[in-house]
Amino acid sequence: MDMTGSQTVGPFLHIGLAGLYRNDLRAEGVEGQVVTIRGRVLDGGGIGVPDGMVEIWQANHHGRYPDPQDARDLPLEPTFRGFGRMATDALGEFRFTTIKPGALPGPNGSTQAPHIVVSVFMRGLIKRLATRMYFPDGIGHASDHVLQLVPEQRRASLIARIVDGDPENLEWNIVVQAGAHGYDETVFFDI
Amino acid sequence: MAEIAQYRRPAIGTQPDYWCETYVSTHKRSPKQPLILLPQTLSEVTGPVFGHDDIQSGDADLTTQHAAAPLGERIVVSGRVMDDRCHPVPFTLIEIWQANAAGRYLHHNDQHDAPLDPNFTGCGRTLTDALGNYRFVTIKPGAYPWRNHHNAWRPAHIHFSLFGPAFATRLVTQMYFPGDPLLDFDPIYQSIPDVKSRQRLISHFDWDNTVPDTALGFRFDIVLRGRDATPMES
Repeated sequence: MDMTGSQTVGPFLHIGLAGLYRNDLRAEGVEGQVVTIRGRVLDGGGIGVPDGMVEIWQANHHGRYPDPQDARDLPLEPTFRGFGRMATDALGEFRFTTIKPGALPGPNGSTQAPHIVVSVFMRGLIKRLATRMYFPDGIGHASDHVLQLVPEQRRASLIARIVDGDPENLEWNIVVQAGAHGYDETVFFDI
Repeated sequence: MAEIAQYRRPAIGTQPDYWCETYVSTHKRSPKQPLILLPQTLSEVTGPVFGHDDIQSGDADLTTQHAAAPLGERIVVSGRVMDDRCHPVPFTLIEIWQANAAGRYLHHNDQHDAPLDPNFTGCGRTLTDALGNYRFVTIKPGAYPWRNHHNAWRPAHIHFSLFGPAFATRLVTQMYFPGDPLLDFDPIYQSIPDVKSRQRLISHFDWDNTVPDTALGFRFDIVLRGRDATPMES
């Protein structure tokens, strides 16, 4: 059986998807460093995308995913769901407050640096874009196999930057398409 | 550590490209750089878990969410969510949204000069059962014009959003209706290169799920990516 073809969320996505908006992943009993991630989704004209949606999926502070398929013996925090979803606003902005995830296992016994996996949807996008956000401390980046798959000059698009010297305050933009605006296109993955 | 069993990739032609000449909004909303092929890791083969706490009773019946019944042709939309080897995808969340019978969305950005229906929101949610089956009751949405090109009309459709078991299986699509003459002219429907794959987005008229004296039935089966049984050799 062939997989069902993807189609755009269209401009009225909010009607069906607002019920699961969650942009604060903190909860009672959840440990770890709180981070706020702000950014904009930009199109090829440098315009903020006002009819888009960003979803995130991440492990907890201990590097455990809140999914029974992650059966490793690491602390599971029952109130941490690891999922966030937010529509972009009129300027294309989104914001999540969450916990910095722990490091994760990678291929061939390697370790993946802490990261959040991200899906992007919008009117005019026929299938979701998948990317990752890494943290600006750089810890583990040199041995992260996914970052190493990315040409060096493009890696910066996957790494959030610290705002106002506050490591809890991060900025990370999603540039869907390079263009005259001069921003580098975000790296997207074929997962 | 053992390598991770991978979710299979869709066959060529079954998925649209990001850039589509006739769907104008893709021109500035499609990446120019090729995607980077990523062997799936734990981050891609796990995914958010939703359950009955995330939905409310009545979420799957879009005709009973208000004081009175919405206008339009009442329909049952049901089907099965499975992977590409026909294994059911149980207990996965499905979210749907749609226009009303007149082709108007309850949304501030919808400027189409067609009436809103005070008895219709157009939003539904449900979980598949243990066998991957789902069922919604709704009304048949209307076609509506859009600004892609001169005299552009979207065929009647219902938007579907699904998670499946992993980040890798996330899918958003649209379900269409059999015999709709607008399908031949719709750049979004036509964006899927393979004709048979495209036609799988069209629901089938479904006598078995037609409710006598109440609602016609339409069947729409959805196929998500399936996972290899064993890890790749590295």
